[in-house]
Amino acid sequence: MNRVTDWHVMGAIALAGLAGPLLLPGLATQIAFLWLMVVFALTWDMLGGRMGYNSFGNIVFFGIGCYAAAVVQRDMGLPYFEGLALGLLAGTVCAVLAAIVFGAAMLGIRGHYFAIGTLGLGIAAGEVAAGWDYVGAGSGMALPLYPGELGQREIFFCYSLFALAAVCFLVFRWLYGTRFGLALNAIRDDHDKADAMGLRTTPIKIFAWALSAFFLAISGGLAANMIGFIDPRDVAFAGATFGVWMVLMAILGGKGTLWGPVLGAFVFHVTQELFWTYLLGWQRVALGFLIVVIVVFFPQGIMGWLAERRARTEAGS
Amino acid sequence: MSVLLDVQNVTKRFGGVVANERVSLTVRQGEIAGLIGPNGSGKTTLFGSIAGAHAVDGGDILFEGRSIRHLRSAPIARRGLLRTYQQTRIYDDMTCTENMAISAREAQGSLLSLLRPVPPATNARAGDLLGFVGLYEKRGDKAGSLSFGQQKLLEFAMALMNEPKLLLLDEPTAGINPTLINGLIDRLRRANTELGVTLLVIEHNMRVIMNLAHRITCLAHGRVLAEGAPEEVREDKRVLDAYLGVA
Repeated sequence: MNRVTDWHVMGAIALAGLAGPLLLPGLATQIAFLWLMVVFALTWDMLGGRMGYNSFGNIVFFGIGCYAAAVVQRDMGLPYFEGLALGLLAGTVCAVLAAIVFGAAMLGIRGHYFAIGTLGLGIAAGEVAAGWDYVGAGSGMALPLYPGELGQREIFFCYSLFALAAVCFLVFRWLYGTRFGLALNAIRDDHDKADAMGLRTTPIKIFAWALSAFFLAISGGLAANMIGFIDPRDVAFAGATFGVWMVLMAILGGKGTLWGPVLGAFVFHVTQELFWTYLLGWQRVALGFLIVVIVVFFPQGIMGWLAERRARTEAGS
Repeated sequence: MSVLLDVQNVTKRFGGVVANERVSLTVRQGEIAGLIGPNGSGKTTLFGSIAGAHAVDGGDILFEGRSIRHLRSAPIARRGLLRTYQQTRIYDDMTCTENMAISAREAQGSLLSLLRPVPPATNARAGDLLGFVGLYEKRGDKAGSLSFGQQKLLEFAMALMNEPKLLLLDEPTAGINPTLINGLIDRLRRANTELGVTLLVIEHNMRVIMNLAHRITCLAHGRVLAEGAPEEVREDKRVLDAYLGVA
Protein backbone atom coordinates (compact mmCIF):
# COMPACT_ATOMS: atom_id res chain seq x y z
CA MET A 1 0.00 0.00 0.00
CA ASN A 2 1.55 3.31 -0.93
CA ARG A 3 1.44 6.49 1.08
CA VAL A 4 -1.62 7.98 -0.60
CA THR A 5 -3.92 5.02 -0.14
CA ASP A 6 -2.58 4.68 3.40
CA TRP A 7 -3.97 8.10 4.25
CA HIS A 8 -7.20 7.37 2.35
CA VAL A 9 -7.79 4.24 4.38
CA MET A 10 -7.04 6.07 7.62
CA GLY A 11 -9.42 8.86 6.63
CA ALA A 12 -12.20 6.40 5.80
CA ILE A 13 -11.74 4.57 9.08
CA ALA A 14 -11.71 7.84 11.02
CA LEU A 15 -14.98 8.89 9.38
CA ALA A 16 -16.56 5.51 10.11
CA GLY A 17 -15.27 5.63 13.67
CA LEU A 18 -16.73 9.07 14.28
CA ALA A 19 -20.04 8.60 12.48
CA GLY A 20 -20.66 4.93 13.31
CA PRO A 21 -21.99 5.24 16.87
CA LEU A 22 -24.25 8.17 15.87
CA LEU A 23 -25.73 6.44 12.84
CA LEU A 24 -26.04 3.04 14.49
CA PRO A 25 -26.41 3.71 18.24
CA GLY A 26 -27.80 0.21 18.72
CA LEU A 27 -24.48 -1.26 17.64
CA ALA A 28 -22.36 1.04 19.80
CA THR A 29 -21.23 -1.76 22.12
CA GLN A 30 -20.28 -4.01 19.21
CA ILE A 31 -18.36 -1.18 17.58
CA ALA A 32 -16.60 -0.44 20.87
CA PHE A 33 -15.52 -4.09 21.06
CA LEU A 34 -14.25 -3.83 17.52
CA TRP A 35 -11.86 -1.03 18.52
CA LEU A 36 -10.83 -3.07 21.55
CA MET A 37 -9.98 -5.95 19.21
CA VAL A 38 -7.93 -3.59 17.04
CA VAL A 39 -5.89 -2.59 20.10
CA PHE A 40 -5.47 -6.28 21.01
CA ALA A 41 -4.21 -7.22 17.55
CA LEU A 42 -1.91 -4.21 17.17
CA THR A 43 -0.25 -4.64 20.56
CA TRP A 44 0.19 -8.38 20.07
CA ASP A 45 1.74 -7.83 16.66
CA MET A 46 4.46 -5.54 18.06
CA LEU A 47 6.07 -8.59 19.67
CA GLY A 48 4.60 -11.50 17.72
CA GLY A 49 4.80 -10.02 14.25
CA ARG A 50 7.57 -7.45 14.35
CA MET A 51 9.92 -8.90 16.94
CA GLY A 52 9.29 -12.64 16.56
CA TYR A 53 8.29 -13.20 20.18
CA ASN A 54 4.95 -15.00 20.31
CA SER A 55 3.40 -13.93 23.59
CA PHE A 56 0.35 -15.71 24.98
CA GLY A 57 0.55 -13.60 28.12
CA ASN A 58 -0.32 -10.12 26.84
CA ILE A 59 -3.76 -10.56 28.41
CA VAL A 60 -2.02 -10.00 31.77
CA PHE A 61 -1.54 -6.31 30.98
CA PHE A 62 -5.18 -5.97 29.95
CA GLY A 63 -6.20 -7.59 33.24
CA ILE A 64 -3.92 -5.34 35.27
CA GLY A 65 -5.58 -2.36 33.55
CA CYS A 66 -9.04 -3.72 34.49
CA TYR A 67 -8.19 -4.26 38.13
CA ALA A 68 -6.17 -1.08 38.64
CA ALA A 69 -9.07 1.01 37.35
CA ALA A 70 -11.60 -0.89 39.44
CA VAL A 71 -9.57 -0.56 42.66
CA VAL A 72 -8.89 3.15 42.18
CA GLN A 73 -12.51 3.86 41.32
CA ARG A 74 -13.68 1.87 44.37
CA ASP A 75 -11.26 3.25 46.95
CA MET A 76 -10.41 6.83 46.05
CA GLY A 77 -13.91 8.25 46.44
CA LEU A 78 -13.56 10.42 43.36
CA PRO A 79 -16.31 11.50 40.97
CA TYR A 80 -16.75 9.07 38.05
CA PHE A 81 -14.60 10.66 35.35
CA GLU A 82 -11.81 11.73 37.70
CA GLY A 83 -11.75 8.24 39.15
CA LEU A 84 -11.68 6.72 35.68
CA ALA A 85 -8.81 8.96 34.57
CA LEU A 86 -6.78 8.20 37.69
CA GLY A 87 -7.62 4.52 37.36
CA LEU A 88 -6.35 4.42 33.78
CA LEU A 89 -3.17 6.18 34.87
CA ALA A 90 -2.64 3.70 37.71
CA GLY A 91 -3.28 0.84 35.28
CA THR A 92 -0.66 2.01 32.82
CA VAL A 93 1.93 2.49 35.57
CA CYS A 94 1.30 -1.00 37.01
CA ALA A 95 1.23 -2.68 33.59
CA VAL A 96 4.40 -0.98 32.35
CA LEU A 97 6.22 -1.91 35.56
CA ALA A 98 4.96 -5.49 35.20
CA ALA A 99 6.17 -5.59 31.58
CA ILE A 100 9.60 -4.37 32.64
CA VAL A 101 9.88 -6.98 35.41
CA PHE A 102 8.46 -9.88 33.34
CA GLY A 103 10.42 -8.69 30.32
CA ALA A 104 13.73 -8.64 32.18
CA ALA A 105 12.99 -12.14 33.43
CA MET A 106 11.43 -13.71 30.33
CA LEU A 107 12.56 -11.94 27.17
CA GLY A 108 15.86 -13.77 27.37
CA ILE A 109 13.95 -16.97 26.60
CA ARG A 110 13.66 -17.75 22.90
CA GLY A 111 11.11 -19.28 20.58
CA HIS A 112 8.55 -21.77 21.85
CA TYR A 113 9.86 -21.53 25.38
CA PHE A 114 8.89 -17.88 25.53
CA ALA A 115 5.41 -18.69 24.20
CA ILE A 116 4.88 -21.39 26.82
CA GLY A 117 6.31 -19.22 29.60
CA THR A 118 3.93 -16.37 28.79
CA LEU A 119 1.02 -18.81 28.60
CA GLY A 120 1.82 -19.76 32.20
CA LEU A 121 2.00 -16.08 33.12
CA GLY A 122 -1.55 -15.47 31.89
CA ILE A 123 -2.98 -18.46 33.72
CA ALA A 124 -1.12 -17.62 36.93
CA ALA A 125 -2.39 -14.04 36.87
CA GLY A 126 -5.99 -15.25 36.62
CA GLU A 127 -5.52 -17.64 39.54
CA VAL A 128 -3.88 -14.98 41.69
CA ALA A 129 -6.73 -12.53 41.05
CA ALA A 130 -9.30 -15.25 41.72
CA GLY A 131 -7.77 -15.94 45.11
CA TRP A 132 -7.09 -12.40 46.29
CA ASP A 133 -9.81 -10.94 48.53
CA TYR A 134 -8.65 -7.34 48.10
CA VAL A 135 -9.79 -7.51 44.47
CA GLY A 136 -12.93 -9.49 45.17
CA ALA A 137 -11.33 -12.89 44.65
CA GLY A 138 -13.47 -15.31 42.63
CA SER A 139 -16.55 -13.11 42.67
CA GLY A 140 -14.81 -10.36 40.75
CA MET A 141 -15.38 -6.61 41.02
CA ALA A 142 -18.21 -4.33 40.00
CA LEU A 143 -17.35 -0.98 38.47
CA PRO A 144 -19.19 2.22 39.43
CA LEU A 145 -22.21 3.16 37.34
CA TYR A 146 -21.72 5.52 34.44
CA PRO A 147 -23.32 8.85 35.49
CA GLY A 148 -24.79 9.89 32.13
CA GLU A 149 -28.16 9.08 30.62
CA LEU A 150 -29.14 5.66 29.40
CA GLY A 151 -27.33 4.79 26.15
CA GLN A 152 -24.69 7.47 26.70
CA ARG A 153 -22.33 5.00 28.29
CA GLU A 154 -21.98 2.89 25.15
CA ILE A 155 -21.37 5.98 23.03
CA PHE A 156 -18.75 7.28 25.46
CA PHE A 157 -16.76 4.04 25.57
CA CYS A 158 -17.16 3.54 21.86
CA TYR A 159 -15.44 6.87 21.22
CA SER A 160 -12.84 6.34 23.95
CA LEU A 161 -11.80 2.98 22.55
CA PHE A 162 -11.81 4.39 19.03
CA ALA A 163 -9.48 7.17 20.14
CA LEU A 164 -7.24 4.63 21.88
CA ALA A 165 -7.08 2.38 18.81
CA ALA A 166 -6.33 5.37 16.58
CA VAL A 167 -3.54 6.68 18.82
CA CYS A 168 -2.09 3.18 19.17
CA PHE A 169 -2.11 2.70 15.39
CA LEU A 170 -0.50 6.08 14.69
CA VAL A 171 2.19 5.62 17.35
CA PHE A 172 3.05 2.14 16.07
CA ARG A 173 2.98 3.32 12.46
CA TRP A 174 5.49 6.04 13.29
CA LEU A 175 7.61 3.70 15.37
CA TYR A 176 7.87 1.08 12.59
CA GLY A 177 9.33 3.78 10.37
CA THR A 178 12.21 4.43 12.76
CA ARG A 179 15.46 2.54 13.43
CA PHE A 180 13.63 0.98 16.37
CA GLY A 181 11.26 -0.72 13.92
CA LEU A 182 14.22 -2.09 11.96
CA ALA A 183 15.83 -3.27 15.18
CA LEU A 184 12.67 -5.24 16.07
CA ASN A 185 12.75 -6.94 12.65
CA ALA A 186 16.45 -7.69 13.05
CA ILE A 187 15.77 -9.40 16.39
CA ARG A 188 13.00 -11.42 14.72
CA ASP A 189 15.12 -12.49 11.76
CA ASP A 190 18.30 -13.40 13.65
CA HIS A 191 18.64 -12.55 17.31
CA ASP A 192 22.25 -13.76 17.62
CA LYS A 193 23.26 -11.72 14.61
CA ALA A 194 21.63 -8.62 16.07
CA ASP A 195 23.65 -9.17 19.26
CA ALA A 196 26.83 -9.76 17.29
CA MET A 197 26.24 -6.48 15.44
CA GLY A 198 26.16 -4.65 18.74
CA LEU A 199 22.43 -3.81 18.99
CA ARG A 200 21.17 -3.21 22.53
CA THR A 201 18.61 -5.98 22.20
CA THR A 202 17.50 -6.25 25.83
CA PRO A 203 16.26 -2.66 26.30
CA ILE A 204 14.73 -2.76 22.81
CA LYS A 205 12.71 -5.87 23.64
CA ILE A 206 11.60 -4.63 27.05
CA PHE A 207 10.54 -1.27 25.63
CA ALA A 208 8.46 -3.00 22.95
CA TRP A 209 6.65 -5.09 25.55
CA ALA A 210 6.18 -2.14 27.90
CA LEU A 211 4.65 -0.07 25.12
CA SER A 212 2.22 -2.89 24.30
CA ALA A 213 1.41 -3.14 28.01
CA PHE A 214 0.73 0.60 28.15
CA PHE A 215 -1.98 0.48 25.48
CA LEU A 216 -3.42 -2.79 26.77
CA ALA A 217 -3.77 -1.38 30.29
CA ILE A 218 -5.77 1.60 29.05
CA SER A 219 -7.96 -0.73 26.98
CA GLY A 220 -8.47 -2.85 30.10
CA GLY A 221 -9.60 0.09 32.24
CA LEU A 222 -12.02 1.26 29.55
CA ALA A 223 -13.36 -2.21 28.78
CA ALA A 224 -13.94 -2.97 32.47
CA ASN A 225 -15.99 0.21 32.82
CA MET A 226 -17.92 -0.51 29.65
CA ILE A 227 -18.76 -4.07 30.70
CA GLY A 228 -19.41 -2.90 34.27
CA PHE A 229 -18.08 -6.02 35.93
CA ILE A 230 -14.80 -7.89 35.93
CA ASP A 231 -14.49 -11.60 36.48
CA PRO A 232 -10.90 -12.71 37.06
CA ARG A 233 -10.88 -15.52 34.51
CA ASP A 234 -13.63 -14.57 32.06
CA VAL A 235 -12.97 -10.86 31.62
CA ALA A 236 -9.71 -9.57 33.06
CA PHE A 237 -7.37 -12.51 32.48
CA ALA A 238 -9.47 -14.19 29.80
CA GLY A 239 -6.60 -16.06 28.21
CA ALA A 240 -8.78 -18.62 26.42
CA THR A 241 -10.84 -15.94 24.67
CA PHE A 242 -9.25 -12.48 24.46
CA GLY A 243 -5.76 -13.88 24.94
CA VAL A 244 -6.06 -16.29 22.01
CA TRP A 245 -8.03 -13.89 19.82
CA MET A 246 -5.17 -11.38 19.94
CA VAL A 247 -2.91 -13.92 18.31
CA LEU A 248 -5.50 -15.10 15.80
CA MET A 249 -6.48 -11.64 14.63
CA ALA A 250 -2.87 -10.64 13.98
CA ILE A 251 -2.18 -13.89 12.11
CA LEU A 252 -5.45 -13.67 10.16
CA GLY A 253 -4.69 -10.15 8.94
CA GLY A 254 -0.98 -10.75 8.43
CA LYS A 255 1.64 -10.48 11.13
CA GLY A 256 4.37 -7.93 10.85
CA THR A 257 2.40 -5.75 8.41
CA LEU A 258 0.97 -2.33 9.18
CA TRP A 259 -2.64 -3.01 8.24
CA GLY A 260 -2.70 -6.74 8.93
CA PRO A 261 -3.70 -6.56 12.60
CA VAL A 262 -6.38 -3.93 11.89
CA LEU A 263 -7.83 -5.93 9.01
CA GLY A 264 -7.62 -9.13 11.04
CA ALA A 265 -9.51 -7.53 13.92
CA PHE A 266 -12.27 -6.30 11.57
CA VAL A 267 -12.72 -9.63 9.82
CA PHE A 268 -12.52 -11.65 13.02
CA HIS A 269 -14.90 -9.46 15.00
CA VAL A 270 -17.51 -9.20 12.26
CA THR A 271 -17.36 -12.94 11.60
CA GLN A 272 -17.73 -13.64 15.28
CA GLU A 273 -20.74 -11.35 15.62
CA LEU A 274 -22.35 -13.07 12.65
CA PHE A 275 -21.75 -16.45 14.28
CA TRP A 276 -23.47 -15.26 17.45
CA THR A 277 -26.41 -13.94 15.46
CA TYR A 278 -26.93 -16.76 12.98
CA LEU A 279 -25.36 -19.83 14.51
CA LEU A 280 -26.34 -19.43 18.15
CA GLY A 281 -25.49 -22.57 20.06
CA TRP A 282 -22.86 -23.48 17.48
CA GLN A 283 -20.92 -20.23 17.64
CA ARG A 284 -17.98 -21.77 19.50
CA VAL A 285 -17.77 -24.62 17.02
CA ALA A 286 -17.87 -22.18 14.12
CA LEU A 287 -15.18 -20.10 15.81
CA GLY A 288 -12.96 -23.15 16.23
CA PHE A 289 -13.53 -24.02 12.59
CA LEU A 290 -12.60 -20.46 11.61
CA ILE A 291 -9.36 -20.78 13.58
CA VAL A 292 -8.45 -23.96 11.71
CA VAL A 293 -9.24 -22.28 8.38
CA ILE A 294 -7.06 -19.30 9.30
CA VAL A 295 -4.07 -21.41 10.24
CA VAL A 296 -4.35 -23.81 7.27
CA PHE A 297 -5.29 -21.46 4.43
CA PHE A 298 -3.91 -18.10 5.54
CA PRO A 299 -0.65 -18.86 7.34
CA GLN A 300 0.71 -15.59 5.95
CA GLY A 301 -2.49 -13.73 6.75
CA ILE A 302 -4.72 -11.80 4.38
CA MET A 303 -2.06 -9.15 3.73
CA GLY A 304 0.57 -11.80 3.06
CA TRP A 305 -1.81 -13.67 0.78
CA LEU A 306 -2.60 -10.49 -1.15
CA ALA A 307 1.09 -9.63 -1.50
CA GLU A 308 1.80 -13.14 -2.79
CA ARG A 309 -1.05 -12.92 -5.30
CA ARG A 310 0.16 -9.53 -6.49
CA ALA A 311 3.70 -10.84 -6.90
CA ARG A 312 2.37 -13.81 -8.86
CA THR A 313 0.29 -11.66 -11.24
CA GLU A 314 3.25 -9.36 -11.78
CA ALA A 315 5.51 -12.30 -12.52
CA GLY A 316 2.86 -13.74 -14.86
CA SER A 317 2.22 -10.55 -16.81
CA MET B 1 52.63 -1.47 13.81
CA SER B 2 50.86 -1.70 17.15
CA VAL B 3 49.08 -4.84 18.27
CA LEU B 4 45.31 -4.54 17.87
CA LEU B 5 44.25 -8.01 18.98
CA ASP B 6 46.27 -10.11 21.36
CA VAL B 7 45.02 -13.64 22.02
CA GLN B 8 46.95 -15.13 24.93
CA ASN B 9 46.91 -18.86 25.67
CA VAL B 10 43.17 -19.23 25.06
CA THR B 11 41.70 -22.61 25.92
CA LYS B 12 38.14 -23.61 25.07
CA ARG B 13 36.56 -26.97 25.85
CA PHE B 14 33.18 -28.35 24.82
CA GLY B 15 32.54 -31.10 27.34
CA GLY B 16 35.52 -33.41 26.94
CA VAL B 17 36.56 -32.01 23.57
CA VAL B 18 39.35 -29.46 23.68
CA ALA B 19 38.61 -27.21 20.71
CA ASN B 20 41.38 -24.71 21.43
CA GLU B 21 44.36 -25.40 23.65
CA ARG B 22 46.57 -22.50 24.75
CA VAL B 23 46.17 -20.71 21.44
CA SER B 24 48.06 -17.44 21.10
CA LEU B 25 48.04 -15.11 18.14
CA THR B 26 48.31 -11.41 17.47
CA VAL B 27 46.80 -9.16 14.84
CA ARG B 28 48.53 -5.85 14.21
CA GLN B 29 46.85 -2.60 13.40
CA GLY B 30 46.23 -2.28 9.67
CA GLU B 31 47.26 -5.74 8.52
CA ILE B 32 45.45 -8.66 6.93
CA ALA B 33 46.10 -11.73 9.05
CA GLY B 34 45.22 -15.23 7.90
CA LEU B 35 44.05 -18.22 9.93
CA ILE B 36 44.25 -21.63 8.28
CA GLY B 37 44.02 -25.21 9.38
CA PRO B 38 42.29 -28.48 8.46
CA ASN B 39 38.58 -29.01 9.18
CA GLY B 40 37.96 -29.32 12.90
CA SER B 41 41.17 -27.61 13.90
CA GLY B 42 39.33 -25.01 15.99
CA LYS B 43 39.38 -21.92 13.75
CA THR B 44 35.72 -21.02 14.03
CA THR B 45 35.74 -21.80 17.76
CA LEU B 46 38.58 -19.31 18.16
CA PHE B 47 36.51 -16.71 16.30
CA GLY B 48 33.62 -17.40 18.65
CA SER B 49 35.88 -16.98 21.67
CA ILE B 50 37.29 -13.69 20.40
CA ALA B 51 33.91 -12.26 19.40
CA GLY B 52 32.22 -13.19 22.68
CA ALA B 53 29.90 -15.90 21.36
CA HIS B 54 30.92 -18.15 24.27
CA ALA B 55 33.02 -17.96 27.42
CA VAL B 56 36.59 -19.26 27.29
CA ASP B 57 38.05 -21.70 29.82
CA GLY B 58 41.50 -20.15 30.09
CA GLY B 59 43.78 -17.42 28.82
CA ASP B 60 42.98 -13.84 27.97
CA ILE B 61 41.98 -11.80 24.93
CA LEU B 62 43.10 -8.18 24.64
CA PHE B 63 41.60 -5.80 22.12
CA GLU B 64 43.35 -2.43 21.92
CA GLY B 65 45.16 -3.42 25.09
CA ARG B 66 41.99 -4.03 27.13
CA SER B 67 40.70 -7.45 28.09
CA ILE B 68 37.47 -8.47 26.34
CA ARG B 69 37.51 -11.97 27.74
CA HIS B 70 34.47 -11.45 29.96
CA LEU B 71 32.44 -9.35 27.52
CA ARG B 72 29.58 -10.72 25.43
CA SER B 73 29.23 -10.23 21.70
CA ALA B 74 27.25 -6.97 21.71
CA PRO B 75 29.65 -4.86 23.82
CA ILE B 76 32.60 -6.32 21.91
CA ALA B 77 30.93 -5.28 18.65
CA ARG B 78 30.40 -1.79 20.03
CA ARG B 79 34.14 -1.54 20.70
CA GLY B 80 34.73 -2.11 16.99
CA LEU B 81 35.37 -5.85 16.71
CA LEU B 82 32.96 -7.68 14.40
CA ARG B 83 32.74 -11.13 12.89
CA THR B 84 30.98 -12.71 9.94
CA TYR B 85 29.77 -16.29 9.88
CA GLN B 86 30.72 -19.31 7.84
CA GLN B 87 27.02 -20.05 7.37
CA THR B 88 26.03 -16.48 6.54
CA ARG B 89 23.76 -14.67 8.93
CA ILE B 90 21.66 -11.86 7.55
CA TYR B 91 18.15 -10.59 8.27
CA ASP B 92 16.09 -12.66 5.80
CA ASP B 93 12.80 -10.78 5.79
CA MET B 94 14.32 -7.32 5.54
CA THR B 95 15.48 -5.66 2.34
CA CYS B 96 19.19 -5.31 1.62
CA THR B 97 19.03 -1.58 2.35
CA GLU B 98 17.29 -2.26 5.68
CA ASN B 99 19.91 -4.88 6.53
CA MET B 100 22.54 -2.24 5.92
CA ALA B 101 20.73 0.55 7.79
CA ILE B 102 20.34 -1.50 10.97
CA SER B 103 24.02 -2.49 10.78
CA ALA B 104 25.19 1.13 10.92
CA ARG B 105 27.15 2.28 13.93
CA GLU B 106 24.36 4.58 15.11
CA ALA B 107 22.02 1.58 15.43
CA GLN B 108 24.14 0.48 18.38
CA GLY B 109 23.13 3.63 20.25
CA SER B 110 20.75 4.00 23.16
CA LEU B 111 17.07 3.13 22.90
CA LEU B 112 16.21 6.82 22.70
CA SER B 113 18.53 7.37 19.76
CA LEU B 114 16.73 4.61 17.84
CA LEU B 115 13.45 6.48 17.94
CA ARG B 116 14.06 8.39 14.75
CA PRO B 117 14.00 7.48 11.07
CA VAL B 118 17.12 6.29 9.28
CA PRO B 119 18.88 9.47 8.08
CA PRO B 120 19.28 9.88 4.29
CA ALA B 121 23.07 9.92 4.70
CA THR B 122 22.96 6.40 6.16
CA ASN B 123 20.83 5.12 3.28
CA ALA B 124 23.21 6.77 0.82
CA ARG B 125 26.19 5.09 2.47
CA ALA B 126 24.29 1.78 2.45
CA GLY B 127 23.82 2.24 -1.31
CA ASP B 128 27.50 2.99 -1.80
CA LEU B 129 28.63 -0.09 0.10
CA LEU B 130 26.07 -2.30 -1.65
CA GLY B 131 27.56 -0.98 -4.87
CA PHE B 132 31.04 -1.77 -3.54
CA VAL B 133 30.13 -5.47 -3.21
CA GLY B 134 28.08 -5.47 -6.43
CA LEU B 135 24.61 -5.71 -4.88
CA TYR B 136 23.27 -2.23 -5.65
CA GLU B 137 20.69 -3.61 -8.09
CA LYS B 138 19.36 -5.87 -5.33
CA ARG B 139 19.02 -3.14 -2.71
CA GLY B 140 15.21 -3.32 -2.56
CA ASP B 141 15.05 -7.12 -2.52
CA LYS B 142 14.51 -9.24 0.57
CA ALA B 143 17.88 -10.46 1.76
CA GLY B 144 16.50 -13.99 2.09
CA SER B 145 15.83 -14.10 -1.66
CA LEU B 146 19.52 -13.66 -2.53
CA SER B 147 21.76 -16.58 -3.48
CA PHE B 148 24.19 -17.91 -0.88
CA GLY B 149 27.11 -16.11 -2.47
CA GLN B 150 25.18 -12.84 -2.60
CA GLN B 151 24.19 -13.24 1.04
CA LYS B 152 27.86 -13.67 1.86
CA LEU B 153 28.64 -10.40 0.08
CA LEU B 154 25.74 -8.69 1.84
CA GLU B 155 27.04 -9.85 5.21
CA PHE B 156 30.46 -8.46 4.34
CA ALA B 157 28.90 -5.13 3.33
CA MET B 158 26.87 -5.06 6.58
CA ALA B 159 30.07 -5.49 8.55
CA LEU B 160 31.73 -2.64 6.63
CA MET B 161 28.67 -0.49 7.26
CA ASN B 162 29.50 -0.76 10.93
CA GLU B 163 32.97 0.70 10.38
CA PRO B 164 34.75 -1.86 12.58
CA LYS B 165 38.39 -1.55 13.59
CA LEU B 166 38.87 -5.29 13.31
CA LEU B 167 36.78 -7.63 11.20
CA LEU B 168 36.94 -11.42 11.56
CA LEU B 169 35.90 -13.06 8.30
CA ASP B 170 35.01 -16.76 8.40
CA GLU B 171 35.66 -18.23 4.95
CA PRO B 172 34.66 -15.22 2.86
CA THR B 173 35.11 -17.06 -0.45
CA ALA B 174 33.26 -20.29 0.43
CA GLY B 175 30.25 -20.66 -1.83
CA ILE B 176 31.30 -17.75 -4.05
CA ASN B 177 31.42 -18.38 -7.79
CA PRO B 178 35.12 -19.05 -8.60
CA THR B 179 35.08 -16.44 -11.35
CA LEU B 180 34.15 -13.81 -8.78
CA ILE B 181 36.81 -14.73 -6.22
CA ASN B 182 39.46 -12.42 -7.66
CA GLY B 183 37.02 -9.54 -7.44
CA LEU B 184 36.30 -10.44 -3.83
CA ILE B 185 40.01 -10.56 -2.93
CA ASP B 186 40.32 -7.11 -4.45
CA ARG B 187 37.43 -5.85 -2.31
CA LEU B 188 38.88 -7.33 0.86
CA ARG B 189 42.13 -5.54 0.11
CA ARG B 190 40.35 -2.27 -0.59
CA ALA B 191 38.37 -2.59 2.66
CA ASN B 192 41.77 -2.93 4.35
CA THR B 193 43.59 -0.11 2.60
CA GLU B 194 40.82 2.37 1.73
CA LEU B 195 38.46 1.88 4.66
CA GLY B 196 41.22 1.13 7.16
CA VAL B 197 39.70 -2.11 8.47
CA THR B 198 42.14 -4.61 9.96
CA LEU B 199 41.21 -8.15 8.90
CA LEU B 200 41.61 -11.61 10.37
CA VAL B 201 40.52 -14.12 7.74
CA ILE B 202 39.78 -17.83 8.00
CA GLU B 203 40.21 -19.33 4.57
CA HIS B 204 40.42 -22.81 3.06
CA ASN B 205 41.34 -21.64 -0.39
CA MET B 206 45.16 -21.60 -0.23
CA ARG B 207 45.56 -19.50 -3.36
CA VAL B 208 43.32 -16.84 -1.82
CA ILE B 209 44.93 -16.68 1.59
CA MET B 210 48.50 -16.82 0.31
CA ASN B 211 47.69 -13.86 -1.95
CA LEU B 212 45.77 -11.89 0.60
CA ALA B 213 47.36 -12.26 4.02
CA HIS B 214 50.45 -10.51 5.30
CA ARG B 215 50.89 -13.12 8.03
CA ILE B 216 49.35 -16.52 8.54
CA THR B 217 48.69 -18.67 11.60
CA CYS B 218 48.00 -22.37 11.13
CA LEU B 219 45.95 -24.35 13.64
CA ALA B 220 45.77 -28.13 13.92
CA HIS B 221 44.02 -30.16 16.60
CA GLY B 222 43.23 -26.96 18.45
CA ARG B 223 46.83 -25.78 18.78
CA VAL B 224 48.96 -23.31 16.90
CA LEU B 225 51.13 -25.31 14.54
CA ALA B 226 53.01 -22.58 12.76
CA GLU B 227 52.93 -18.89 12.08
CA GLY B 228 54.76 -16.47 9.90
CA ALA B 229 54.82 -14.97 6.42
CA PRO B 230 52.71 -16.83 3.81
CA GLU B 231 55.70 -18.33 2.02
CA GLU B 232 57.20 -19.59 5.30
CA VAL B 233 53.94 -21.22 6.40
CA ARG B 234 53.38 -22.70 2.95
CA GLU B 235 56.70 -24.51 3.11
CA ASP B 236 56.53 -25.52 6.76
CA LYS B 237 56.73 -29.31 6.91
CA ARG B 238 54.32 -29.58 9.88
CA VAL B 239 51.68 -27.60 7.97
CA LEU B 240 52.02 -29.78 4.91
CA ASP B 241 51.75 -32.89 7.08
CA ALA B 242 48.64 -31.57 8.83
CA TYR B 243 46.93 -30.89 5.51
CA LEU B 244 48.02 -34.06 3.81
CA GLY B 245 47.16 -36.17 6.84
CA VAL B 246 50.68 -37.46 7.59
CA ALA B 247 50.86 -37.93 11.34
